[in-house]
Amino acid sequence: MREICRSIKKKDHDPKIEGRSRYLADYNLTDSGREILCGKLLRSQYARARVKGVELPDMPDGYIYVDASDIPGDNNVNIVLDDTPVFARETVEYIGEPIGMIVGPDEKEVSRLISETKVDYEALEPMTDLRKADKAFFNYEFGHGDVEKAFAEADRVFEEEFTTGYQEQAYLEVQGMMAEPEDDGKMYVHGSLQCPYYVHGALARAMGTGPDGVHIYQDVTGGGFGGKEDYPSILGCQVAVAAKKANAPVRCYFDRREDMEFTPKRHPSLCRYKMAVKDGRVTAVDCDVIFDAGAYSTLSAVVLQRGIIAAPGIYDIPNVHVTGRALKTNTVPCGAYRGFGAPQTFFAVEMMMSHIAQALGEDILEFKAKHYVKQGDKTSTNGLYHFPVPIPAMVDEVDELSDLRRKHKEYSKPQSGRYRRGIGLSTYFHGAGFTGSGERDIIKAVAKLHKYPDGTVEVLASNSDIGQGVRTTFPKIVAHELNIPLEKVYYDHPDTARVPDSGPTVASRSLMTVGELLRRAAIKLRNIWVEGEEQEVEEHYKEPDFMIPFYLDRFEGDAYPTYAWGVNAIEVEVDTYTGVTNILGAYASFDVGTPVDYNIVMGQMEGGFLQGIGYASIEKMDYDKNGKIWNRSFTDYLIPTAVDVPELKVTLHVEEYPDGPYGAKGAGELPLVGAAPAFVAAVEQALGGAEKHPLHSAPFNAEDVISELNKEVK
Amino acid sequence: MDGIKFVLNSKEVCYTGSAADRLLDVLRDTYDMKSVKCGCKEGECGACAVLLDGVLVNSCCVAAGAVEGSEITTVEGFRETEQFKVLSNAFAGLSAVQCGFCIPGMVMAAQALLSANPHPTDDEIREGLSGNLCRCTGYNAIVNAVKNAAKEGEGLW
Repeated sequence: MREICRSIKKKDHDPKIEGRSRYLADYNLTDSGREILCGKLLRSQYARARVKGVELPDMPDGYIYVDASDIPGDNNVNIVLDDTPVFARETVEYIGEPIGMIVGPDEKEVSRLISETKVDYEALEPMTDLRKADKAFFNYEFGHGDVEKAFAEADRVFEEEFTTGYQEQAYLEVQGMMAEPEDDGKMYVHGSLQCPYYVHGALARAMGTGPDGVHIYQDVTGGGFGGKEDYPSILGCQVAVAAKKANAPVRCYFDRREDMEFTPKRHPSLCRYKMAVKDGRVTAVDCDVIFDAGAYSTLSAVVLQRGIIAAPGIYDIPNVHVTGRALKTNTVPCGAYRGFGAPQTFFAVEMMMSHIAQALGEDILEFKAKHYVKQGDKTSTNGLYHFPVPIPAMVDEVDELSDLRRKHKEYSKPQSGRYRRGIGLSTYFHGAGFTGSGERDIIKAVAKLHKYPDGTVEVLASNSDIGQGVRTTFPKIVAHELNIPLEKVYYDHPDTARVPDSGPTVASRSLMTVGELLRRAAIKLRNIWVEGEEQEVEEHYKEPDFMIPFYLDRFEGDAYPTYAWGVNAIEVEVDTYTGVTNILGAYASFDVGTPVDYNIVMGQMEGGFLQGIGYASIEKMDYDKNGKIWNRSFTDYLIPTAVDVPELKVTLHVEEYPDGPYGAKGAGELPLVGAAPAFVAAVEQALGGAEKHPLHSAPFNAEDVISELNKEVK
Repeated sequence: MDGIKFVLNSKEVCYTGSAADRLLDVLRDTYDMKSVKCGCKEGECGACAVLLDGVLVNSCCVAAGAVEGSEITTVEGFRETEQFKVLSNAFAGLSAVQCGFCIPGMVMAAQALLSANPHPTDDEIREGLSGNLCRCTGYNAIVNAVKNAAKEGEGLW
């Protein structure tokens, strides 16, 4: 591996492990010289209702109520569309929707006032069934080839339906934001967030100040995983409106239950797949992808785009037709979560391919292998796989780690007894960076380096370190190019008043895209370096020359410049008496290009893989017919602990990407995407295969095993 | 003076608030022990774990009155020890700290484990940390860091 891959001590290691890092809740009440008021949201009790009035209890001195009428600018949170309100409009659209906020000095008193506030509702009929939902926020369709002809000429046609559930990001630090009015009339908003400039755009609009009237700072952030992509814009607007009215700092952070129930999660999905097979090969795929968007559209457009582009998987299928819809239900809006739409469709397509192989009497691994795309093939959107597709070599690597091929044959023989085993394989990609032309047309990232007379260099960018390590890897790249000690380069948490907009911390783009800008900026600085002088350089994003322009209106062109690749194998033992599935081994090869710090990248791979295993197995969350979420605590929504899995066996396969720094490409999301199909395929094999027990849903927990086995009794 | 007397990081203190207050809130708000994190306030996540007379407890589930006469150790006290330095180096060596929110609790869990069992097996380490949720790492790096610390700090525990 290259020199740059060698692991170094993370720059934020000491303050974090010593407990000195200050997260939002750690600001003391008078740190800013003024008392910080506590804000709590008044939330809708109904999934859909007209709000006829709000009756407040007697408000003690110093306590105020804030709602939509206090918003100085637009009551629209600037996300993708305009439908998400800061505070509820005439109607509430989901249980927990913020109607207003009560702020005041004492947290317990604020809670009392919230609980004694009466809201007069006129209940309306909510939509809480995805299968009946008919309002599409987004409706896409694309394809190529002649699907109808392929189905007409097929030897066999397969049709199946797959579902996946919610997944909660479950970052250890809950959501929280704070707003402080400044002496010059500006509003300073900070907190636990991924995308300072998203919050900035939302605040400028809601506060009606324009871009100069607000600035945003990212505090030390206890995990994001997508959950702090759009939501801090909403909460940020709410605390800012309250701080403006109170003319005092206002902080709002949730408790765990509030966070779990009322903040965005991964979209539940319903995917209907139809595939044509001719002469032992899949010749056509026609699929309909439905995502449960919840009550407002937030990020559903982009989540759905990524999901449907991945819908045919990594298989060379000549005829493709895909439709995708994000449907409105009166439930909490879904948003971004690591993987961003792709885990749902990869679950469906991987299970589908495996089921077809079994129906044809073919070995699943071989059947998939003969369909893998390769370099130069067309993507689902008529773009190209410009770079090598290392999947076959990666399957070999996973086989070496796990003994996959032998175990797969062994476990496919009939099993009896209480404990039965299976091993499942998934093969997939994750498109690196923004979908389509977003990076070029919308984000237009800018990054800077500022050199001080003493020779220290500051990185100026807007990407937030949420645990993934950019405070370490960005300076590492710059120090490497400048050939100066790492101690001489630093990257502080971003404040929009000081840093350019290098784009959000999303889409596995920070290191690949912004890291490359910084590498080029460092070369520029090296070339003009004058000892003792203050100097600054700037770099702007340029789309790689090889890209085939992407047109969103017809889903044509290169949706991504390159892809990260993943191969997972998960081996299980199912207790057919209790339904409990024990994971015997979880193995993976990941190609994210060059790891710009081996340990940091392995931490991303292992951590993401385990989140995927949770999604596959125990992380179950659902709502009832009234739109109320059942699972809203760590007691009811289980995430993996250290004893739930054995040591994860992960290896890196490196296909260098020429337009990423030192060959790096998108990394963060990939490891989550393929765990669900590998796990569920393993359980399916343990239960006797798809002929006996075809499985179609994730997560698949102990109760699901029992109810599946009960079908056998009939 | 009336109050709840206990030793906090080797210093005697007397808490004069309600005996029913959560130890978590007392530590954070009254004594400014901000390493003690609130992740769920219901005993599930371990972010608020501290040592109570050497035993790992979730401070959100301990009433202030229950610590009368006890010794409480948080990272603010523990970070002054040789054992902490070994653990910190071991965590750093594997980049086992990501978002960092679970880490103070995790370190206290590691300390409780190694104090009771200086040479744990991998399974014993996993068991010892199983009350502390981490959403970032997948646990490999943390488990291996504790294993390395046990090796490097031979004789300290």
